[in-house]
Amino acid sequence: MNTRMKEIIATVAIVAFFLICKYVLPKPLEFSPLVSNLIIGAMAVVFIIILIRTLQGKYIERRIVFLLVGIALLLPFFMQFDLPLQVSPEVKATYDALESLPPGSKVLASFDYDPPSAPELQPMADAFMQYAFENDLKVIIMGLWPQGPQQANQSIEAAFVANPALREKVEYGVDYVNLGFQAGNEFVIVGMGKGFRSMFPTDMNGTPYDSIPLVKNITNFGNIDFSLNFSAGKPGTVEWVQVGVDRYKLRMAAGNTAVQAPAVYPYLNAGQIVGLMGGMSGAAEFEKITGKTGKATTYLLSQSSAHLVVIGLIIIGNVAFFREKKGGK
Amino acid sequence: MKRLIPVLITSIVGTVLVFSVFFPMAETWGEDFSLFFDIIAVFAFFLGGGNLVRVHLIKVLNKKGDWKFSIVTLIAFAITLTAGLFKFGSVDIAASVTAEGTWMQTIFNNIIAPLSSTMYALLAFFVASASYRAFRAKNREATILLIAAFIILLGRTPLGMFMTGWIPEWFSIAQIPNLAVWIMNGPNLAGQRAILIGVGLGVVAMSLRLILGMDRTYLGSDHD
Repeated sequence: MNTRMKEIIATVAIVAFFLICKYVLPKPLEFSPLVSNLIIGAMAVVFIIILIRTLQGKYIERRIVFLLVGIALLLPFFMQFDLPLQVSPEVKATYDALESLPPGSKVLASFDYDPPSAPELQPMADAFMQYAFENDLKVIIMGLWPQGPQQANQSIEAAFVANPALREKVEYGVDYVNLGFQAGNEFVIVGMGKGFRSMFPTDMNGTPYDSIPLVKNITNFGNIDFSLNFSAGKPGTVEWVQVGVDRYKLRMAAGNTAVQAPAVYPYLNAGQIVGLMGGMSGAAEFEKITGKTGKATTYLLSQSSAHLVVIGLIIIGNVAFFREKKGGK
Repeated sequence: MKRLIPVLITSIVGTVLVFSVFFPMAETWGEDFSLFFDIIAVFAFFLGGGNLVRVHLIKVLNKKGDWKFSIVTLIAFAITLTAGLFKFGSVDIAASVTAEGTWMQTIFNNIIAPLSSTMYALLAFFVASASYRAFRAKNREATILLIAAFIILLGRTPLGMFMTGWIPEWFSIAQIPNLAVWIMNGPNLAGQRAILIGVGLGVVAMSLRLILGMDRTYLGSDHD
């Protein structure tokens, strides 16, 4: 059987597996604890075999690595595990800042990311939106990335699905508004410092700014009580800090991808942002502290499993490296 | 003249923006120039779209390598542009192009979002493969990096607490999640600050060179 045929069979098997899970099974597939432990044992055996082969100088093929990562990512979705999750100080600070806001406070939420970063940022955005609606915070949505406001719409829908009563309770234009995307990166923030109206003459639906009850009396950042920025890069948290926080004294917290979060720590440590949610773990911690368990908590198990596989592969690679070094190869 | 005018524009804009920070009377000039940026940014979308069509059209016409993929790009571009411009699926022309039920939103939800996420998710596979083959403790620095990577990988997931949660409270710094927090707030913070200060100084130097017309590389060569 040639490689092309194997690839086709693997692809068909994966697609078939998902179709069966989605349309054939009466309820979501879930392994019993025994099966889960057996699978973990089998994975451990596979790793021992890989270690032995690598020590023999036979590095495993890339596709085997891909398969292992794929399995490690996929299987936890069907397993029953309850791993302990500790809420980090920076996530707690974000939550505390939100908790300190009285009902009716105006929160500016800038969605500065697009679908590739959604697996990390969408869960925290979903949890925030539900929290805001349930606690009567008025949310003003905007985006410095073209697809950001659409991601925000998905979060609003997710909040309504998680708590159907919110669909009746919150009203567009009164409890929240989506001002849409505006081109110009940090210069949009500069312009908003002068006046929101000049940057967003209408909302996302084309409604004139002055016709929207929630924002018609909002002139600039002086009328905003708090800001939360979901960011995957530039323009994002750094630009908001440099312009919104430093120049216009905006009080802000941020939700970032795991890759971006380390670069934001200097601003957190200096007190320029009050809190930070970093990556999937930040999202899961935020879900935990707000009591709105969602996608991040589920995904985090999958991510943990993939991290273990990566660590295992690195250790195996290094064992072989030192053995080769010792053997003078 | 072809080079002098752009250099002059750069110098004037740069100087005004610097002055607008330090002199209140020039503050509004800086804000006005910022608005010019917004206008130019909008034109960049047109140029970007035009350039995309030009590059892929040439590729298809000359049947260069992987030209079939360019056909897919052009078709996708045309469909998305048409769906957005004519607001297909929208209740009326004044309604939002991204409202539920519009073609644009359908394309976003069912094509753009999953495809983009898939592309990004592939990184996990390549990172794992590269780590297995290349992440080696070859020297002291690489070993420190490796240990820090392990701590962050475990500390940023519940695994860290699962593995070291038994460590008593008086020695809780040894718990992996706390070590991860220490790495982020200690070594990482110091490194990031050094980078930020370095970048800041570099930006000042580069800006001065641009304002003074000493650096003209952004204009391209004379043959362009």
